Amino acid sequence: MFNTALTLSDLGFLLQGALMTLAVTAVSVTAGTILGVIFGVVRNQVGPYWAVPLTFVLDVFRSVPLLIQLVLGNAFQSIAKLGWPPFTTSCVVLSLYTAAYCTEIVRGGISSVPPTTRRAARSLGMTWWQDMRYIVAPLATRVSLPSWIGLTLGVMKDSALVLWLGLIELLRASQVLVTRLQEPLLILMICGAIYFLISFPIARLGGYLEKRWSND
Amino acid sequence: MIEIQNVRKSFGSLEVLKGIDLTVNKGEVVTVIGGSGSGKSTLLTCINGLEPIDAGRILVDGTEVHAKSTDLNKLRAKVGIVFQQWNAFPHLTVLENVMLAPRKVLGLSKEKAEEIAVKQLTHVGLGEKLSVYPTRMSGGQQQRMAIARALAMSPEYMLFDEVTSALDPQLVGEVLDTLRMLASEGMTMICVTHEMKFAREVSDRVAFFHKGVMAEIAAPEALFGAPKDPELKKFLAATH
Ligand SMILES: Nc1ncnc2c1ncn2[C@@H]1O[C@H](COP(=O)(O)OP(=O)(O)OP(=O)(O)O)[C@@H](O)[C@H]1O
Ligand SMILES: [Mg+2]
Repeated sequence: MFNTALTLSDLGFLLQGALMTLAVTAVSVTAGTILGVIFGVVRNQVGPYWAVPLTFVLDVFRSVPLLIQLVLGNAFQSIAKLGWPPFTTSCVVLSLYTAAYCTEIVRGGISSVPPTTRRAARSLGMTWWQDMRYIVAPLATRVSLPSWIGLTLGVMKDSALVLWLGLIELLRASQVLVTRLQEPLLILMICGAIYFLISFPIARLGGYLEKRWSND
Repeated sequence: MIEIQNVRKSFGSLEVLKGIDLTVNKGEVVTVIGGSGSGKSTLLTCINGLEPIDAGRILVDGTEVHAKSTDLNKLRAKVGIVFQQWNAFPHLTVLENVMLAPRKVLGLSKEKAEEIAVKQLTHVGLGEKLSVYPTRMSGGQQQRMAIARALAMSPEYMLFDEVTSALDPQLVGEVLDTLRMLASEGMTMICVTHEMKFAREVSDRVAFFHKGVMAEIAAPEALFGAPKDPELKKFLAATH
């Protein structure tokens, strides 16, 4: 159908890029979510004064463009002689970026649980931890899920910026092919389709969980 | 026995409890009446340690509630409380709502907790609703579930804070019936209520709170029949 110079090995190159996108996203979203949950709980627990420094740092991560964070992060690791490869630097920066947003999501989820419901749990003799584990966590997760899915998909697309540190992820791989083959339309369509294929299951999973939880 | 001795409690500059003394014996039903803001709810939340107190002490079977060494979670298993808002755990079924604390706090096995939960739910007339989610039930049913949830911990004392106030009038009866049943079974209870007829029926003693002071306490016949405190007289005249 298409008269194209695109070969199978070129497709393989694109898929390798896609794998890199997936890897960076998976690591960053996992680490960022864990950190975000910890920060979110801490922010809810400590008084307003102690929350200020944490909030300030997180606000910085949310307001400085990711590209600048990546470049600065890379500069920092080389000044500090950490010797991190670009993959590590990318994951660290993206994780903190994700954590900054995730903290807000978690905080919002926790505060959506009515204090009276939590008081009822405590009045039954449950400890703070049991209340968190059996009441707050499930209820907050339900509330936070849509935003968290949005964050994950956003991070997946933003992860394209790690190409500035020399990582060949999906977008960079497409660029390389476009430059070489001069067939931008076809290659970018394939690239977009792959992004869609990665996003779709995540978005569907979110929809599925929301539906499953809506019965109660 | 619950012994409340000269308890004082302020929120900021507002003194809500101004030296309350009250002893509730095993098997006794004491109802608390009084105007809005008189400190009734605050007293109940202090009794099971949900709120700290500023002075005085509260003893439950000799254990000082607000002493540092007291294990509040253990105490709360012994002193159940049900609030005006029923506070169902919306992500759990009715059965799971009731089973959760016996399993996690008392450490009972799943089978044992389920047996107790089914028994208590049947007791309050919800035996048919075990696998329903609470949000699918009426307020009266949710409130009875909250009562079963507290009872499943086998408490020795029960505190009820206006458990019918948030209910539609036609649902009040079923919840009051549940309380009457508990009273007749010999449960030690402190009930804050606006239902004067109910207070008159079930109480051994009725306490009238006014502005943080327990202005009068007496057997229901005496308190309703021959009130002494002028504020109580006004209050009773207004609630007719
Ligand atoms: N957590 C709190 N922080 C500040 N003020 C409070 C708090 N809880 C109660 N108060 C105040 O303490 C006073 C007594 O409240 P409480 O809830 O004990 O009254 P009540 O007798 O139960 O009234 P009601 O019949 O309206 O339930 C009220 O003025 C109330 O506004
Ligand atoms: Mg009250």
